[in-house]
Amino acid sequence: MNKTGRFGDFGGQYVPETVMNAVSELEDAYNRYKDDPDFIRELNELYHNYANRPSLLYFAEKMTNDLGGAKIYIKREDLNHTGSHKINNVLGQILLAKRMGKKRIIAETGAGQHGVATATVCALFGLECCVYMGIEDTKRQSLNVYRMELLGAKVVPVDSGTGTLKDAINEAMRDWCTNIETTFYCIGSVMGPHPYPQMVRDFQKVISAEIRTQIMEKEGRLPDCVVACVGGGSNAMGAFYNFIPDESVRLVGAEAAGRGADTPMNAATLTNGSTGIFHGMKSIFLQDNYGQIAPVYSISAGLDYPGIGPEHANLWKTGRADYMAVTDEEAVCAFEYLSRVEGIIPAIESAHAVAAALKIAPAMSRDQIMVINLSGRGDKDVYSIARYRGHDIENS
Amino acid sequence: MNRIDKCFAELSANGRKALITFITAGDPDLETTEKTVLEMFDSGADIIELGVPFSDPIAEGVTIQKSSLRSLKNGTTLDHIFTTVENIRKKTDKPLLLMMYLNTIFVYGTDKFFSICKDKGIDGVIVPDMPYEERDELLPYATKYGIHTINLVSPASHERIRKIAADSKGFLYCVSSNGVTGVRSNFDTDFNEFFSLIKENASCPCCVGFGISSPEQAKQMSSYCDGVIVGSAIVKIMESEGAGCVKHVGEFTKSIADAI
Repeated sequence: MNKTGRFGDFGGQYVPETVMNAVSELEDAYNRYKDDPDFIRELNELYHNYANRPSLLYFAEKMTNDLGGAKIYIKREDLNHTGSHKINNVLGQILLAKRMGKKRIIAETGAGQHGVATATVCALFGLECCVYMGIEDTKRQSLNVYRMELLGAKVVPVDSGTGTLKDAINEAMRDWCTNIETTFYCIGSVMGPHPYPQMVRDFQKVISAEIRTQIMEKEGRLPDCVVACVGGGSNAMGAFYNFIPDESVRLVGAEAAGRGADTPMNAATLTNGSTGIFHGMKSIFLQDNYGQIAPVYSISAGLDYPGIGPEHANLWKTGRADYMAVTDEEAVCAFEYLSRVEGIIPAIESAHAVAAALKIAPAMSRDQIMVINLSGRGDKDVYSIARYRGHDIENS
Repeated sequence: MNRIDKCFAELSANGRKALITFITAGDPDLETTEKTVLEMFDSGADIIELGVPFSDPIAEGVTIQKSSLRSLKNGTTLDHIFTTVENIRKKTDKPLLLMMYLNTIFVYGTDKFFSICKDKGIDGVIVPDMPYEERDELLPYATKYGIHTINLVSPASHERIRKIAADSKGFLYCVSSNGVTGVRSNFDTDFNEFFSLIKENASCPCCVGFGISSPEQAKQMSSYCDGVIVGSAIVKIMESEGAGCVKHVGEFTKSIADAI
């Protein structure tokens, strides 16, 4: 990556002039504190004593035996406080915001996991918190809306555009433009203008650092494959990052194919997208021939985003990582499979990674090792999975 | 000579301020766009910005967001807009700009885009999501075809104003207050400070926009600089009047032109 925040051809800082100073200030603050011993100590303290890190690396013995291929380990990010990997990044950004003297935090959220994590840490530090959420997502994830409100955050339903994650980001950016002098925008994924993709990845790379240590302890060697789901791509960047130099480790991202990557109802950015410039970054987007951003669909509110972080775009373009499209049906089957076989209910986002693993692991040999990054827990998804299966448990 | 430069040279010679107006192309339809542009020029607009609709206009307030979506729903594309520009060019030689988001240029093909701009008679582009640091995305191509890319500064630019203002062509778009486009009842910007920094450094005329909606505001704001930009207030009239908006927009334009 060079000075202006590029990953190969991707990245950059394509934002309105009004927020350029804020982006530069953030870049300066991040560069100043990322290696600062006090900052690192405070962050690690919170990771260990508040967020419950390190998260377990669990040997999924039943799943391994059932599939008859690679030895499968599950990285349990679902056991973090707030129930997903999102807390890793939020703790880092809020510590920065505090040092920058910002009192008001805004965030976007899709499934609500990043919103909940942001609301949680704002409660902990006594900061004002405003979360933008697509109106469709507030309906799909009403439990998380209530959680955020319990934590003292204001949740703003966004009804512009398609009423999903990208529209929540649009609205958060408009808020940021308006309240730029007082407000810190806590972006939830490895996306947006530089320095966000790099900074969020750095706050998430603790995942692959831990996997590395844990697998060396358990197996004495590196894994052969690491699988993670990809919307914007923060849990996947976190799980991949420390393995990028190790060519023997295959990196697989699972993106959301919705009703099928060959139907109009999908969010499979790398399968169907092309290069564009949007939400502050040059990356791959689902769009038409005139650069209008496409409406996207997935059963997962956390994966239905029409783009992907620029570092993933580069890993994809250079062939360092593979990306597979996983349909709603495959993800729901994987959701049910992991619940039954291992007694772990995954987030529907993470179930996309499990579905990819179900395809890949049986073809691997028994002496190979696969790690699935289980980015979040599935309690929030129980209603919508029941609905998908035709059960109305909300009104019974 | 670029029509924008010619226009400001004439205005300056006559001691007049520029009135720049904005409408979204294709809202309510392209036929109305053409008529409205000509009506605004007849009513005292010096320069007109045509908004190219975008699915996700992050720098726009609700009024222009909705207008952009109405236009997209009508099926408006950049190619349609170029045809409209070609028609307008047969009837006027006043400056025309496109206001649009970077992706709609990038995906169309940047070289091809500016080449067609030149052919059809576009004089400049305003791209709100392309900051100064990323100007090389467009500038080499724009320069090749003699099109101005208009720089923006806002109160939050602070010291950045120096370098941006000093390296601007056509006119410098001064954003009146932090935030998105749309009508504001008052501004919390210290205009004396803002514009003195701008004027110390500007290499071209400076015009102010965002939130100017009445002749009184236009008169007050124009005193700080070389012209005013009015957008959302006109788009609002078009939203309520539909295809019958032309006369109303003309009257409103004249009221602003008379005030400055």
